[in-house]
Amino acid sequence: MNADQTLPTSRIVSPDSGAKLRTEKVNLYYGSFQALRSITMDIRACAITAIIGPSGCGKSSLIRLFNRMNDLIMGSRVEGNVALDGVTIYDSKIDVAEVRKRVGMVFQKPNPFPMSVFDNVTFGPMRHGVKNRAELEEIVEKSLRQAALWEEVKDKLGQSGLALSGGQQQRLCIARVLAVSPEVILMDEPCSALDPVATLKIEDLMRGLVEQYTIVIVTHNMQQAARVSDMAAFMMMEEDRAGVLVEYGPTSKLFTNPKDKRTEDYITGRFG
Amino acid sequence: MTKAEMSRQVSQRTAFIFLGIATAIAVVPVLFIIIYTIISGAGAITWGFLTQFPSQAGKAGGILPAIIGTFYLMLGTVLFALPVGIFAGVYLTEYARDNWLTKVINMAIVNLAGVPSIVFGLFGLGVFVLAFNFGLSLLAASLTLACQALAMVTTTSREAILAVPREYREGSLAIGVTRWQTVRHIVLPQALPGIITGAVLAISRAAGETAPILVVGAAFILPRLPQSPFDQFMALPYHLYTVSAHVPGTPTSVVWGVALLLLVVVLSFDILAAVIRARARHRR
Repeated sequence: MNADQTLPTSRIVSPDSGAKLRTEKVNLYYGSFQALRSITMDIRACAITAIIGPSGCGKSSLIRLFNRMNDLIMGSRVEGNVALDGVTIYDSKIDVAEVRKRVGMVFQKPNPFPMSVFDNVTFGPMRHGVKNRAELEEIVEKSLRQAALWEEVKDKLGQSGLALSGGQQQRLCIARVLAVSPEVILMDEPCSALDPVATLKIEDLMRGLVEQYTIVIVTHNMQQAARVSDMAAFMMMEEDRAGVLVEYGPTSKLFTNPKDKRTEDYITGRFG
Repeated sequence: MTKAEMSRQVSQRTAFIFLGIATAIAVVPVLFIIIYTIISGAGAITWGFLTQFPSQAGKAGGILPAIIGTFYLMLGTVLFALPVGIFAGVYLTEYARDNWLTKVINMAIVNLAGVPSIVFGLFGLGVFVLAFNFGLSLLAASLTLACQALAMVTTTSREAILAVPREYREGSLAIGVTRWQTVRHIVLPQALPGIITGAVLAISRAAGETAPILVVGAAFILPRLPQSPFDQFMALPYHLYTVSAHVPGTPTSVVWGVALLLLVVVLSFDILAAVIRARARHRR
């Protein structure tokens, strides 16, 4: 597949694009409050898609659609279609755990479990039925290497994950996701709690991972979006505070030649 | 020092003095009870007192059946109350929807703790002894005490489970781990110290209860130890009640000896709970 030919431009879905993830006219409600309005977008496989926009515009709500994390919020309701490899994930026949195994998530605040580094990484695989010790050890080394953490922790795998630095904790959380061999990695402002050095490490890591994984990142930091992403989506909220997708396209175009006046105002720092 | 500063100093001191007196009033009776019980009862505690059967209606001999009976009661209570309390706590926090029914259930559980213990006793008599036909027995008494302990075990389990950070649950769910696996492998291990603390405190309260067991199977004097859950039993608090109120001429040292033993049992469980809590906090 030549991805460039089928790149979706703003708000346009090309039916044969082979998108990894797709939303079609999605409305998301929390009770009577509408958080997202008519979101239609395709997420390209093996690319980094950044979602940017001012606070409260629904970036996190949007990314949490892709692994049904919004389900945890009482009174949340989704209209429209969200599909993973063309299969609707908001369907009563779908095993939510299976979706989340394929679409892993890294959170804003590093949240390693209060257990050893080793157990943090093996937690997912063990719940999914891997019992063999050698196999688990292999998964731990592979995942930690992928997350660029192996060299720093290989001698203290038995130590608590909570004893690591903030940046290391976040990479441990990435390793924890990688350990269950997902296809998509969702990152909800993964660097907002980290210092600049740790942030750059995570960004390098993402560039390495994107060869195998589809990555969607929510970020508050426009420089970060410009640095790491292939595709960028700009969101805003309307008068009733519902989030809408204003512009979506290749990052280079969105940042150098935005089509929408609101996008231009935002990226040039006029608001937000 | 100006006048205003002086008066501030004076009111500060006055406040400290009153607060100190209030604290002393709260603490002194407790210390007095403990010390007085030890002084009066220590003399009665001998090897024979702990290992022999009572004779002359409890005036002489030992209190072995009461010790064993109380031990069985605590065991039975924890056996029934702990699993049910934990599972109810898990259900209420992890699965129940946040609607009016859940609110009513939560309120009912909290209020259950305030029901007078003799009412539990009558409930046990009606349900376990008569309706279930368990008779006056260890089983009926354990179940009765378990019902009373349930309120506390469920409430503390619920609180301990609620205190587990949401981030841990999200991290687990976000890698395709099911809800029950998350509860089983993340939430419960984290909440366990809190749950155990609550359970131990509930058992220590059950060990000291007199009124409920009075009507569901506690015996005045038994010549032998209970052989099955359907046997009657002796228990420390009820024995204390009978020897102090119903057996004229019991030596005061014997009465205080029983009291001391009961106090030791209850306090050692309270201390155990405090230790578990402190160690869990230290581990974090």
